[in-house]
Amino acid sequence: MSVDERTQRLIDPTVLDRIQSEVDSDLVVLFMNGTPVFPQCGPSAQAVQILEFLGVHYKYIDATIDPSLRLAIKDFSNWPTLPQLYVKGQFVGGNDVMRQMLENGDLQKLFEQSAIPMANFS
Amino acid sequence: MMQAEEILNLIQSAMPGARVEIEDLRGDGNHYAVTVAFDGFDGVPLVDQHRMVFAALEGRVGGILRAMTLTTLVPQKKGGE
Repeated sequence: MSVDERTQRLIDPTVLDRIQSEVDSDLVVLFMNGTPVFPQCGPSAQAVQILEFLGVHYKYIDATIDPSLRLAIKDFSNWPTLPQLYVKGQFVGGNDVMRQMLENGDLQKLFEQSAIPMANFS
Repeated sequence: MMQAEEILNLIQSAMPGARVEIEDLRGDGNHYAVTVAFDGFDGVPLVDQHRMVFAALEGRVGGILRAMTLTTLVPQKKGGE
C-alpha cells in the first residue's frame, strides 16, 4: 500500500464534501494558515497581500483550526501546500502561482473574465 | 531539511535539460527559492508547471522541504524572430 493510499483511507469523505461546499460558497475563496490579520505562515500572508493589493473581495478559511480539512484539502486539489486559491469553484493555485499570475497579468485577467471586481485595479 | 544539490538532482532527472537556480534563503536547508526554466513547460498551464516540479520532488514539498518559493519559466527561444 502506498503512502497515498494510506492517506486516502484516513480521509473522511464528509470532509471532502465540506471543502467542496466551502469552495462553492463564494466567488473567491482562500484556504490559508491563520487569518488575514494574523496569517500563520509567510505564503498565506503573501496570498492575502496579493488579494488585498488588487482589492478583491474574498472569503477565507483558516485551515489551522480544522486538522482534518488541512489534510484533506491537499488531496482535494492535488496540491501539497497551503494557501490555496479558488475562483468560481476552480482551483487556481498557491501563492507562488498567484504571484507569477499577478506579475504577468493573468490574475487580473482571471478576475476580469470572472466579473469579479478589483477595487484597486481597473 | 534538504540539500540544494538533492533538489537540483531530483528536478533535473525528472526534467532533462531544465535550468535550475536554487537559493538557500536562510542557510538552514529549509527555506529555498527555486527557479526552473524548462522547454517542457511550453504550452502547459502555470499551475501544472508547478505540479510538475512538485512531482519531481516526490512528495517532499510541504514535508521535509518545508518552504519553497517556486518560479517556473519557459526559456526564451534562441535566435529570435
